[in-house]
Amino acid sequence: MKKNLGILGIFLVVCVVASVFGQNFLTGYNLMNLTQRTSLFAIISLGAGLVIVTGGIDLSIGSVVCLAGITTPWLLVEHGWSPWVVIPLVLAGSALIGLFHGVLITRLRLQPFLVTLCGLLLYRGIARWMTSDQSQGFQGEFAGVRSIALAKFPIPLVENYQIPATVIPLVVLAIVIGVFLHRTVWGRWLLATGRNESAARYSGVPTAWLITMAYVACSLLSGFGGMLFIFDIGSAQPSDFGNFYELYAIAAAVLGGCSLRGGEASVFGIILGAATLQVLRTAIILLGLSSQLEFAVIGAVLLIGVTADELVRRFSVRRIERKQT
Amino acid sequence: MTNTHQELLRCSGLGRRYAGVPALSGIDLSIRGGEVLAIVGENGAGKSTLLKMLSGVIAPSDGDISVADADGVLRAVQLSSVRDATRAGIALVHQELNLAENLDIAGSIFLGREPARFGFLDLHSMQASARGWLARVGLDLDPTTPCGALAIAQRQLVEVAKALSCNARILILDEPTSSLSAREADRMLEIMSELRAQGKAVVFVSHHLDEVLRIADRVIVLRDGHCTGVLERGAYDRDSIERLMVGRSIEPTEQRAARDSASVRLRVSGLTSAHRRAHPVSFVVKTGEIVGLAGLVGAGRTEVLEAIAAITPHGGQVHLDDVELRGNTAARVRRGVAIVPEDRARNGIFAASHVAMNMSLAWVDQNSRVRTVDTSAERGVVGKLMERMQLRPAEPDRLLHTLSGGNQQKSVIGRWIAVSPALLLLDEPTRGVDVAARAEIHAEIRRLADSGTSVLFASSDLEEVLMLADRVIVMHEGSIAGEFTVQEVDEVAIMHLATGGAPTGSRTQTAARGKEHRRGTKL
Repeated sequence: MKKNLGILGIFLVVCVVASVFGQNFLTGYNLMNLTQRTSLFAIISLGAGLVIVTGGIDLSIGSVVCLAGITTPWLLVEHGWSPWVVIPLVLAGSALIGLFHGVLITRLRLQPFLVTLCGLLLYRGIARWMTSDQSQGFQGEFAGVRSIALAKFPIPLVENYQIPATVIPLVVLAIVIGVFLHRTVWGRWLLATGRNESAARYSGVPTAWLITMAYVACSLLSGFGGMLFIFDIGSAQPSDFGNFYELYAIAAAVLGGCSLRGGEASVFGIILGAATLQVLRTAIILLGLSSQLEFAVIGAVLLIGVTADELVRRFSVRRIERKQT
Repeated sequence: MTNTHQELLRCSGLGRRYAGVPALSGIDLSIRGGEVLAIVGENGAGKSTLLKMLSGVIAPSDGDISVADADGVLRAVQLSSVRDATRAGIALVHQELNLAENLDIAGSIFLGREPARFGFLDLHSMQASARGWLARVGLDLDPTTPCGALAIAQRQLVEVAKALSCNARILILDEPTSSLSAREADRMLEIMSELRAQGKAVVFVSHHLDEVLRIADRVIVLRDGHCTGVLERGAYDRDSIERLMVGRSIEPTEQRAARDSASVRLRVSGLTSAHRRAHPVSFVVKTGEIVGLAGLVGAGRTEVLEAIAAITPHGGQVHLDDVELRGNTAARVRRGVAIVPEDRARNGIFAASHVAMNMSLAWVDQNSRVRTVDTSAERGVVGKLMERMQLRPAEPDRLLHTLSGGNQQKSVIGRWIAVSPALLLLDEPTRGVDVAARAEIHAEIRRLADSGTSVLFASSDLEEVLMLADRVIVMHEGSIAGEFTVQEVDEVAIMHLATGGAPTGSRTQTAARGKEHRRGTKL
């Protein structure tokens, strides 16, 4: 929990600034919107976190979001398939993409950066070719299926704010992944693999299998997230849907305390990281800043956060060492 | 050119301490032009330390070095960097070659001091003069050939050419033939003689006593950081060098009961490692037996251990309790194989994690309920392990990298104790470990063997091999050169076989390769 203090601080500062200077920040509608977007981005950020724990990276998240998100209405509307077939199919396809990455990385020993960079280009291209670059949407139908992402649950005695349905999968996933990482043998092994893959292998840890599963989980969460995104927004363009989402996911994970060197992760931190990025995006609009500045502001905050984190880490390491010697 | 046999370098009382512990001390030495000087010693005797001090890689802690100036007068110098050494006319040809793979020959010879005109590379004169230096070492190659395309022997000669082009008078070669074939090694030795004829001083380290006997004018023998003898040509033979290299008598340790009647635990037949061209090896380890793999660095001991644990892919078969071992390391660990790697920092420890996590990794899955970690049970077992290994300080929450080397090593070995492995593989079990920790580690290994674990360990330290092992297998250049019970062997005999000496006497006859092959085919 101690290592989440940094990101918690940044999150609170950004929230305070946004609510003091942006008059509509603390409205129920805005907060509801923020919760919805945070949940969606946190889900794909958790996937990114699992891969980053192994010391790897997944740059294909945005493209998998796009491919899964575009395929869902394409199959439902254009081809008239049943949701009972489409949803499992899209999820299985996403998992297969992750398996493909994992096998290339662990068996052929290709670099994760390269494999997933190629994935980024590949899945985006497939999505655009498959749909002839046409916008895909539900055209007002499938309200039942879309309610997975659109339903809102009222809280007794609270007006203007209802809990978006996407919070449910996020909470479930956060608990499952948190328990997995910190309470199970596999989580222990995954963290060990990230800290020193070679030493883990010498200790009899099935490192190749664990790393492969991390990529499977990441792509599966990206595909699941892609589906929720499209249920939420209703229609999307294959050429820009999910663009840069991998960077939001990686940024959230890093802000949330994942080291790109591997072996460090905090589920709570990742969710806070995703929330911080969404609050920032909203704040830029509410503060009347040009939305063209969005990337610059996010980049600057990320840089400040990571620098501060590194300085604090060095300071505390030195203090621990002084205490122990 | 310097006249022959002029004294080019003299050092007196040279020594080097690491953290107060002397690695080398009291070395008096003079190096003369037109001679080949060999430095020999066991692993860890201080050879590399001496070479590094002479070539400016590390600074000596004690003593001084004088180098002859242009008039042949010896003057004291501070060799505090490789640049200083180069200026003094000393060049080191590394064991690990450091040519830039993407540069061509001319570019790498003149790396860092490229001839230039107005800031532009003068490629023409660079290549012309590179061709001249290549001729000096007998290489007929186009200077524009990329270094990555060269064979190892050629690269080594390019390094020598580079050293000559720096006007080096003293050439220091660290194991120049270790990665060469027999013919290439012959060529290398010829070049060294030619350099001697040109008045250069050639200093080299070698583990191959045959080469030393062939070419060296003088031999310096190091043991445990001291010089145990400087022998002039004619005054030495293989036997006298081996004696000076080993030279200490071993206290007989408490004899363990013979394991003749025990069942065969590990049976290795026709094992080859995919990472290294080597001869297939075959041997057995019995239940509760401790077998030591002796040999020089690069003899293939690590490869054997890592092949058995499937760290590297291998050919041939490995049987544990008469069932073949298959699959990856994780699968073999589940069958009861445990491995303690040689490179602790890279392959053994999780430096930034706490001791408990480090020590529980190998068995945390066996101790778990429904795959969740039972933290309090884990702490309990770790506590007992730390006590048994006498791991200090006894704080499971301490970060591992704050422990001393000996305690880090105990944590890596301790990781396996709770598993009671059927087969424990250890690579250099006490490297970089102080004397007290070493004794404790040895005691623990014996306790494990007494409780039925079979132990196979590799060590460059002959003393350790003889103290710990029930049986010794000597390796030389990827094959088994001999196999003995510990009672029928001493350090001199092991060193003899490990450095490529022919098996002599009735003792080795029974243990030489012939038997090994018979055993291999029979099983």
